[in-house]
Amino acid sequence: MLKQRRFLIEILTAVGLIVAPFVLPHLGFAPNTVNRILVWGLFGLGFDILFGFTGLLSFGQSAFYGTGGFVAAYLLTRAGFPNVFLALIIGMIAAAVTGYLIGLIALRRTGIYFAMITVAIAEVFYFVEFNPLAEWTGGENGLPGVPTPSFNLGFTTLHFTTGWSLYQFLAVCYFVGVVIALRIVRSPVGAILSAIRDNPLRATAVGHNIHGYKLTAFVIAAAYAGFAGGLLGVMQAFMPPDAFMFDTSGQLVMQTAIGGRATLFGPLVGAAVWLFLQDFLQSALGLGAAWKLVLGIVFVLLVCFLRRGIIGGIADLYALVAGKRSHTEPVEPPAPVLTAEEEQKAAEAEIAKEPDPPPLVPVHRSSDNYSGPILQATGLTKRYGGLLANSDIDFTVNHGELRGIIGPNGAGKSTFFKMLTCEVPPTSGKIVFEGLDITGMSVTDVCQLGLTKSYQVNQLFTGLTVRENLTIAALSELRGKFRLDMFRSLDSIPGLSEQVERTLQLVNLTHRPDTPVSELAYGEKRRLEIGLALATSPSLLLLDEPLAGMSPRERVETVKLLKSISKGRTMIIIDHDMDALFELAERVTVLQEGRVLVEGTPDEIKNNAAVQEAYLGGVHGVLDA
Amino acid sequence: MINWPNFVSQLFNGLALGALLALISSGLTIIYGTLGVLNLAHGAMFMLGGYAGYAAYSYTGSFIVAVIAGSLFVMILGIVMERVIIRHFYHRPHEDQLLVTFGLGICFVEIVRFIFSSQSQVVPPPPLFQGITSLGFMFYPTYRLAVVGIVAVALGALFIVLYRTRLGMIVRAGIEDSVMVDSLGINVYRVFMVVFGIGAMAAGFAGIINAPVVSLTPGIGDDILVQTFVVVVIGGVGSFPGAILGGLIAGEIISITSMINPGYAYVMLFVAMTLVLVLRPHGLLGAQGRE
Repeated sequence: MLKQRRFLIEILTAVGLIVAPFVLPHLGFAPNTVNRILVWGLFGLGFDILFGFTGLLSFGQSAFYGTGGFVAAYLLTRAGFPNVFLALIIGMIAAAVTGYLIGLIALRRTGIYFAMITVAIAEVFYFVEFNPLAEWTGGENGLPGVPTPSFNLGFTTLHFTTGWSLYQFLAVCYFVGVVIALRIVRSPVGAILSAIRDNPLRATAVGHNIHGYKLTAFVIAAAYAGFAGGLLGVMQAFMPPDAFMFDTSGQLVMQTAIGGRATLFGPLVGAAVWLFLQDFLQSALGLGAAWKLVLGIVFVLLVCFLRRGIIGGIADLYALVAGKRSHTEPVEPPAPVLTAEEEQKAAEAEIAKEPDPPPLVPVHRSSDNYSGPILQATGLTKRYGGLLANSDIDFTVNHGELRGIIGPNGAGKSTFFKMLTCEVPPTSGKIVFEGLDITGMSVTDVCQLGLTKSYQVNQLFTGLTVRENLTIAALSELRGKFRLDMFRSLDSIPGLSEQVERTLQLVNLTHRPDTPVSELAYGEKRRLEIGLALATSPSLLLLDEPLAGMSPRERVETVKLLKSISKGRTMIIIDHDMDALFELAERVTVLQEGRVLVEGTPDEIKNNAAVQEAYLGGVHGVLDA
Repeated sequence: MINWPNFVSQLFNGLALGALLALISSGLTIIYGTLGVLNLAHGAMFMLGGYAGYAAYSYTGSFIVAVIAGSLFVMILGIVMERVIIRHFYHRPHEDQLLVTFGLGICFVEIVRFIFSSQSQVVPPPPLFQGITSLGFMFYPTYRLAVVGIVAVALGALFIVLYRTRLGMIVRAGIEDSVMVDSLGINVYRVFMVVFGIGAMAAGFAGIINAPVVSLTPGIGDDILVQTFVVVVIGGVGSFPGAILGGLIAGEIISITSMINPGYAYVMLFVAMTLVLVLRPHGLLGAQGRE
């Protein structure tokens, strides 16, 4: 929806806003209804960034709507502040600051906790407005007499009073709001927000400080809410206390879901439907108070059957009619049925013909002059209750090495990797990466230092395309773990598209960069999984069972891929596929029951009696055959 | 300065409110713990219990019948709701579950408003518990004392179901890992349905027990829902003992603050919740890692 030609959406929005006063009256919309729709739409722009794009469902937006509204209204009525627009801005800033403070608390937890905390916070604000702050807010009477804006342009003064006159002011505000929201959504920050929605764990692992970005989204939503709240007072010439009510938050949530989340325009469409139906059901059908029941039922049905709301439904319908639904992807011809061995040989022959992709060289970080081993773990132990997953592991890997790790199931290989990447803290022991003690650091910081891994079970951003996935990983290396370049276009980041292209080539996904991850085959997903780790340009790359579950053909491709990415890079690979691992690795470490059993060259390992014992229960000599 | 009889009576009020909150919250928390669904319609179910009881009371004049009708009605509604709608949301994101239960809550409230109008309705306490009781140093409404006892019995029954029966063992195992329970050959979906019914019944029962204390309005569940959230955050999601502890804490905070200045009741509740979130993010009795 949001990725079409430059400025197309902006232009369409402007045209729509200009045409609206000439069209909407014929459809039965009164000017005041249209104005209210615009205020809700503006309120919802921020909320959609928080809910639709970042995946944080807040039921407490009324707190910021009310805060912004009452600060602006207080300034304009009680404090005798003359400039309406400036008061709106101050209200917006007040709401944003409140949002920052509340966000610090609410974002301590995610998911349903977050939803519950925001509900509680909104309720507190409502009671505070009514009681302790009644002297400033007018309590249940609200603040009457909010003036409308006027601008002195020197030669003339523009007054925006009510109806279509005020519409012009609101429309300009909404348009600016849309332009800003679009820039945010298309910026690196916007890309990372979607990544957080799809897979917060991986977004952290590829090196983004997701807490900071969530807080950013929360503050953005609060700022939009605050400005819209101020406009509510201006529009009604009165700041009503029910702006703070839980119902306000609820209505916003419902309108956004009705219109369509993650569309930016969903809240506007939802508000139009809501207010139109409210009028229509109440006056035309004479339903009286039952209008809300009808809307409630409509809402439940939409959530059940039209997950992406009205806009999403229209988009799906359009795609269906236009016949564009995934049929544009080139479908690979069905391969003839071969035995696994034949297929592998064929694949090997075919792949050998292909030219090598250009290597993706890891970035040179400041620590590059360091000359010792790239990774040194000493006495690494992990205890889960009574279970000793890893015990006293000493492990050293040198620059440029390709190390294999094997071991029977339950040997503690994955736990070992998790400790190395700082996903779980070791019970005791020390990890030194490029001369720096990283024990106890966060997985995000470690990734920023150049150490990351690909997961045993795919951890992709499933709602995004292949290219978007790689972009998110590449951004972490190019921008650091947190940066607020909210108004910068993704295209203007030097090196980003090159890095994404190179990674695409490397993991052999150049033919489907714009395919959603959910439509990829398993082998392609596995390669993308490795690509995500690669795109962060790590100097040390850990791969947890990259070959698991692959078809013979996919396996050959992946071994080739691993060979090519190992150039100029240090890698550690866990896998059960010993043929592949002995072919790839220079040295192999064998783990058994949480300890290092033996370490050596592939040949040494193959002939080691202890290893044969561990795998085959003492049947000597079989492995050589 | 402190008016002792007033203070003690507020303590009792807090106990009564806390006991009710504990009961409603345990319903919410076992549903969430087992099914992974936060039921935003839980407040509306509390309200429905009151109204179903009120309707039964209007026809029969019996408080006992009202209590049974209120609890059963909401339990059946919970089971139907789980079978028809919630079931299809287990594999959808949390946000969708929140949206659909939120929408259902609104529908329930509006249906009641449509049938009973927005005017408040009154259910008198049963004859046995009418009037006031002398506690020696002060007088206290008999029914509120009775509420504490009734709810304590209900919580005890819930405890026995959860901790002393086969079903309870399955439910507690399901809270830890429902996939594992499923693969042990237990039909976890049937358990889900039963749990939803029990959790809903807890809310409905609390709704009708609470009806003689306050008058009924369609919006009565909204405040309760918010307080329930605070209780669950304080106590820890999925923890039955946490719900009881959190309920009592929240009840006392609301009552005692209300004595000094009612306007700050929610503020203090929020302060308590924030303290818990900062010091023990998983709740007082919540298990780490349960999200």
